[in-house]
Amino acid sequence: MKKLVYLKDVVTLQLDKEKCIACGMCTKVCPHEVFEITNRKAEIVNRDQCMECGACAKNCASEALSVKTGVGCAAGIIKGVLKGTEPTCSCSGSSACC
Amino acid sequence: MKKISNLKFEHKQKENHQIIYYMNTQSILNPVNLMPLAARVPRVTSKLNWKDKLGAVKVRLAINRYGYMVNPGLYAIGNPSRTSDVFVTSNYKLTFDVVRKNLAGFNAWILVLDTKGINVWCAAGKGTFGTVELVKRINETSLKDIVSHQKLILPQLGAVGVAAHKVKEQTGFTVTYGPVRAQDIRPYVENGYKATPTMRRVEFPWFERLKLVPVEIVLSYKYLLAALMLLIGLSGFHAGGYSLSVLSEKWVSVFANVIVAFLTGTLLAPLLLPYLPFRSFSAKGLSVGIVVTAILFAFNLLGINYLENISWVLIFTSMSSFLSMNFTGASTYTSLSGVLKEMKIGIPIQAAGAIAGLVLFTVSRFFN
Ligand code: SF4
Ligand code: SF4
Repeated sequence: MKKLVYLKDVVTLQLDKEKCIACGMCTKVCPHEVFEITNRKAEIVNRDQCMECGACAKNCASEALSVKTGVGCAAGIIKGVLKGTEPTCSCSGSSACC
Repeated sequence: MKKISNLKFEHKQKENHQIIYYMNTQSILNPVNLMPLAARVPRVTSKLNWKDKLGAVKVRLAINRYGYMVNPGLYAIGNPSRTSDVFVTSNYKLTFDVVRKNLAGFNAWILVLDTKGINVWCAAGKGTFGTVELVKRINETSLKDIVSHQKLILPQLGAVGVAAHKVKEQTGFTVTYGPVRAQDIRPYVENGYKATPTMRRVEFPWFERLKLVPVEIVLSYKYLLAALMLLIGLSGFHAGGYSLSVLSEKWVSVFANVIVAFLTGTLLAPLLLPYLPFRSFSAKGLSVGIVVTAILFAFNLLGINYLENISWVLIFTSMSSFLSMNFTGASTYTSLSGVLKEMKIGIPIQAAGAIAGLVLFTVSRFFN
């Protein structure tokens, strides 16, 4: 089965190469293989695969990464709009993620 | 040394829940507190019993979906020592069960964070599976005195809420991100605590995620009710005005159409997801809506006249487009920015389609 890709060029992921120390943490925590380390710097190689989970930015000790995080979930966004809060996930609890 | 079974545990039983033993660490007077720390940790087995399994089925069916949790704290599996690994997880019982099942044969510690009964990924997104809670649990369980190493293994998706470098700063413990799935714990350990790219990747296990369809259907029932009430109510109109006898004659076919439209968006679209054209879920829903109405039309099942047929096309497509969009929540690859973008375009069109459909539907009643 082909890999499903979501919309093109929408994600807010930013990498400041100046600050990157090539520790490799982002490549370990990203669930969608967005990064690669080339020439002792992190590189965004799969931008459209990013789901804006924020794991990379949270675990980059040198603060080279930023991303506006949130749930990619329409029902959650609707709920957020109705209640005037941030989009919240209703979380269909899945044991697939542990 | 006293056997663990002789200890006085306080237990708590919640309705439909497995009894979970935990210790009262608050009271100094409790004889339990005189025991060596490690011996006080409750032991769990890696075997799931029928109650665990029944609970899992209920959760799947969205019965009692929240509050299915174990008590946070440290648990022992097998016969762990000071050098045994510490695996961190959430207190959502299904997650805890999957973790302990996959630790069969291990001697290990399981550190359960208080995530309010929510799985790791969602809890990490909300911040309950996060740096603050992890640091607090490490301190509260005196983990430093129980294990000699300072290493924790977290599920990779916990990285959304936990900042490894901050945990290190605040507790001295090194956070290692293990595999995404508990099923990979054994291969991960056997691979020298290295996760392979496959263990790191969140595929969109589309086929597996289909088990969320029942939950999605239950969560969307309000849209179904609204559509049913509106359309059945409107079906009472006829050339001579409004009558309940017309309604009672027509409602069955209207009811059937609405149910099919609802299932098109909540069941058929997710089922065909990888095979539908377009990247956005609303467009995927729209396309399958068109196909379904075309099939119904071909079998003369849609409406009774021109106008009604058109109204059904509009109602079907806007409903299935909107409902398909809700499946973004069950997918594992959609981003907030992406969903926002498709909603900004999709919702006005869906709303316009639905309203136009309702108006046409009403008008069509007068031409019977
Ligand atoms: S985590 Fe930050 S510093 Fe480390 S490689 Fe990635 S971007 Fe560079
Ligand atoms: S936000 Fe998440 S998906 Fe996007 S690059 Fe960072 S870790 Fe990967």
